[in-house]
Amino acid sequence: MTTRLIFPLLAALLGGGFLWQSTDGLRAITTEEARRISVAENPRPVPEAYLEAMDGTSVALLPQHNETVLVEFIYTSCGDICQVAALDFSEIRDQLALENADVRMISISFDPEQDTPDKLSYYGEAHNADGTLWTVARPISLSGETSLSDLLNLFGVTVIANEWGGFEHNTAIHMIDENGQFSQVFDIDDVDQVVTTVLERS
Amino acid sequence: MFRYGVAAVFMASAFVLSPYVISDPVLHVLVQIPLLLLSGGLLASRVTISKDIAYVFLIIALVTLIYWMLPRSIDAALSSPWHNAGKFVSLPLLAGAPLVLSWKHLHPVLRGFLKANAISMLGIFAFLYIHAPIRICNSYLITDQQNLGYGFFYVAISLSNYWGWSLVFGSPQRVSHDDTLQSIERVKHDL
Repeated sequence: MTTRLIFPLLAALLGGGFLWQSTDGLRAITTEEARRISVAENPRPVPEAYLEAMDGTSVALLPQHNETVLVEFIYTSCGDICQVAALDFSEIRDQLALENADVRMISISFDPEQDTPDKLSYYGEAHNADGTLWTVARPISLSGETSLSDLLNLFGVTVIANEWGGFEHNTAIHMIDENGQFSQVFDIDDVDQVVTTVLERS
Repeated sequence: MFRYGVAAVFMASAFVLSPYVISDPVLHVLVQIPLLLLSGGLLASRVTISKDIAYVFLIIALVTLIYWMLPRSIDAALSSPWHNAGKFVSLPLLAGAPLVLSWKHLHPVLRGFLKANAISMLGIFAFLYIHAPIRICNSYLITDQQNLGYGFFYVAISLSNYWGWSLVFGSPQRVSHDDTLQSIERVKHDL
């Protein structure tokens, strides 16, 4: 009688604990949710890396003296979600510019072969990214250290090819704080939250 | 002996599918995973366990099944070889086999409850995967996610038809001499 009761109870307890662990305490059933929790709880140090900007100059990925850096991943021939994301990104830029926030925003292409500086500039012009607060860039071996796959790994971005010759990826806004830590992930349309968080930090 | 051969063939087919499941969630979730479950179930089909531990086996099977229903587990199986190895071990040995082992001892009401739950769960998954505005798995395209949703729907319909049919017209049970002897033994044991 006792074995009939105790062992199933024990199994249920252990099993429940295992599932609790596997879902970060029932908070994350998708990889994307898990990534956001992981980053918020254990910010990831961003290595020193340089990108090639749309004007051909080199930009640092790491924040310079106390600024915040917002990063999104794109490819310039993207037809749908990147365009929507770019609209939100420009909205964030406008609001932060009004507040004189100490911030830089970078749209990084994960298709550096196709996205030459010309194409990056074209994308920048189309979305009014003029390079002052917001620039468009590609990870190309300017420093030689950080490769595209390292970047995608660091930020937890998965890019897969779709049937139309484009890509699908987990789209989000990534914040690198003034300490050089990748510490928060936002939905692309969470404009208010991004603006508030950046203003609180600067 | 035959059933172990079939179990081996199922296991081998699941291995062979590995390079293809990377780009096709239907193949991953509705072909490879069931193959692994079936291979474990076949391995255990002639084994009998004591009724005392049946519920422990059932709970182990349910926990393993729930774990592999998490979209992040499916993603992890594709991004980490260790997770993938875990899939090949856990689905046959910690889900398929213990489910079959415990099933023989379960009260018919509990069996019905589990079947009804399986159907409604598949129905919910179908709805979720067809209509979710977000990508549920980072590893798969949104169109494939919708295909998987339709896949869940067809499986739910097929299972409810199959189980409903047996409910109304009786299940086509094969009663062999062996089974009869086993039942007699079991009754003796229970008495």
